[in-house]
Amino acid sequence: MTAKQELKKSIIASVWFMFLTFPIMVIKVNTVTHTIDWRWHNMALVGIGSFFLSMLWRYLLKKKEEGGKKEKKAGLSFIQRLLQEKQFALPGIVIISIITILFPHIFSMYQTNIMTSALIFVVLGLGLNIVIGLAGLLVLGYAAFFAVGAYSYALLNLHYGVGFWVALPIGGILAAFFGILLGYPVLRLRGDYLAIVTLGFGEIIRLVLENWNEFSFGPSGIKNIPKPGFLGIEMSMQTTTIYVFYIVVLLVVFTIFVINRLKNSRIGRAWTALKDDEIASQAMGIDKAKTKLRAFALGATWAGMAGVVFASKTTFINPASFTLWESVIILCTVVLGGMGSIAGVIAGALLLILLPEYMRDFGEFRMITFGAVLILMMIFRPGGMIEDVRKTYKFEK
Amino acid sequence: MDFEYFTQLFFGGLTRGSIYALIALGYTMVYGIIELINFAHGEIYMIGAFTGLIISTVLTMMGMPAIAVMVLAGMAAIIYSCAYGYTMEKIAYKPLRNAPRLSVLISAIGMSLFLQNYVLLAQTSDFLPFPSLVPEFEFWEPYSHILTSPELMILSTTVVVMILLTILIKFTKIGKAMRATSQDKMMAALLGINVDQVISATFVVGSATAAIGGVLIASHIGQINFYMGFIAGIKAFVAAVLGGIGSIPGAVLGALVLGWTESFFTGYISSDYEDVFAFIFLVVILIFRPSGILGRSQIQKV
Repeated sequence: MTAKQELKKSIIASVWFMFLTFPIMVIKVNTVTHTIDWRWHNMALVGIGSFFLSMLWRYLLKKKEEGGKKEKKAGLSFIQRLLQEKQFALPGIVIISIITILFPHIFSMYQTNIMTSALIFVVLGLGLNIVIGLAGLLVLGYAAFFAVGAYSYALLNLHYGVGFWVALPIGGILAAFFGILLGYPVLRLRGDYLAIVTLGFGEIIRLVLENWNEFSFGPSGIKNIPKPGFLGIEMSMQTTTIYVFYIVVLLVVFTIFVINRLKNSRIGRAWTALKDDEIASQAMGIDKAKTKLRAFALGATWAGMAGVVFASKTTFINPASFTLWESVIILCTVVLGGMGSIAGVIAGALLLILLPEYMRDFGEFRMITFGAVLILMMIFRPGGMIEDVRKTYKFEK
Repeated sequence: MDFEYFTQLFFGGLTRGSIYALIALGYTMVYGIIELINFAHGEIYMIGAFTGLIISTVLTMMGMPAIAVMVLAGMAAIIYSCAYGYTMEKIAYKPLRNAPRLSVLISAIGMSLFLQNYVLLAQTSDFLPFPSLVPEFEFWEPYSHILTSPELMILSTTVVVMILLTILIKFTKIGKAMRATSQDKMMAALLGINVDQVISATFVVGSATAAIGGVLIASHIGQINFYMGFIAGIKAFVAAVLGGIGSIPGAVLGALVLGWTESFFTGYISSDYEDVFAFIFLVVILIFRPSGILGRSQIQKV
């Protein structure tokens, strides 16, 4: 294609987008004072921006098509190879554990707190990864399980004085129970129905928490949730923060361990098979209902436990912490990082939670970027940042 | 039981149902063609309402008569929604035509998120008052305590749109192509139908009905905000599933049933859980009759 044609296409795209965004980007009406604000500079921005972006877009699409034609076994990326190498495994683990152990002592309490939140999202991402990445079920109401965990700790503590360590498994089990409860009716559904039903489920939980004042104290939430204790020792503010950080780190390690074991187990392989072809795997004797329910239950368990930790970390919860946005953010971490890939999800969660935290000025553009990231990742890199490497078995003659 | 209250609820439900029907049509048509739930459909509806508001305010300030404002703003809303629907399909769906369903679904969610926040950033996060575009009809005066003029407008527009849509699908060339594509995409392509064009056309038509719904409901309720597409979209989806997704008469029927049940539920029982109700309704349908009222149950072939 000649440069002239390219230019023409870009100009058409630019004019089209200027037309498209005209009412919403340019005109801003004030219905109270009845004045109109004409923001022509936005139109110029859109025009110039879409001119170059459309060029980039077409270039990337072309490259993708060419890449698709080539043999796909072009090789693993640098990070993937690094993760595969056995000789780096031990030093890597040692370095990472030293960094995590020292982290709260080197950095301030503020940094530790942010890191703790990010790690909670790592657990959530890994949990959702079971459902989406391994079993291929798109769940959009994952924050609901998170809420179940958080509220079960808060309410059990309020009414019966249950401590953190008891609540942790209870929160997980309750969330798993909800997972099965939700999973049961929707098992027969195809992916897109599942997405909407789970989205609806997430909204139901949130609306119930908001409206049922006697049970959940409505939108005002629950205050003064105790932080986790350690054999009844009194701890200062700072020690507790560090302590919570270590608990979350342990939870992350435990999650990674379990998921890693699950992935190549019988049940993990059953999930992958179901994801690839439902009918074929059923013909191979996989119980579809049971396998999917397990994915739901296990995925929800991690969300529940993360919820308990979250409640104890913030000491205050209300329904506003468990909206659809949380579900979408968790989904983004999984998609961006790489569905099914543990290292990818961890990287994705850290990136998506830490980046906005340190770039506060950028905050209002956060959600729009997430939306764009979801689309672009699906088109250009469906495997995510660090693509999952499937275990392959070679047949040697 | 008070009869007048009952009729009010009945017509309230009918109006509500007609709006759901206008949005549900877009879902069901797109699903019929590419077997995919267009997650961003509710956002198209929201953009339609916003465009309607902006254009009508500008025109009113320029001193146009009310009836011209209504027609022009409505047309602008339809044109822009169609343009957004078309562009959306080109960006978020077309490159993924042969990708796994999960990818398309995630990309659609991304689109929905993007459009919502685009309007939020470019306009406002507050509720905007929407002018009542529909004037009070004089001839309707004696009945207005049961059914207000805007409600009458909604009902009649819905009926007209349904008739036009039926004609479009049954008797025009593009409608024929749509039906052929929805039956068998590959065969349609072999017979010389430009499948990409048909898919675009479906998105455009669906967006147009959504825009009509958006402007009508906004002028009826009197306020809009960037989040309005979400709940409306979900409810329209419930309606489409209830009627049998992929079936056009089914979408209308499902929407009316949902409108009435919601109206009577909030009128006689409680309005706190209005939105929860639709979701529970959805789950119940999916358990007992996943193919909907008019839908055929699908047999999966290997």
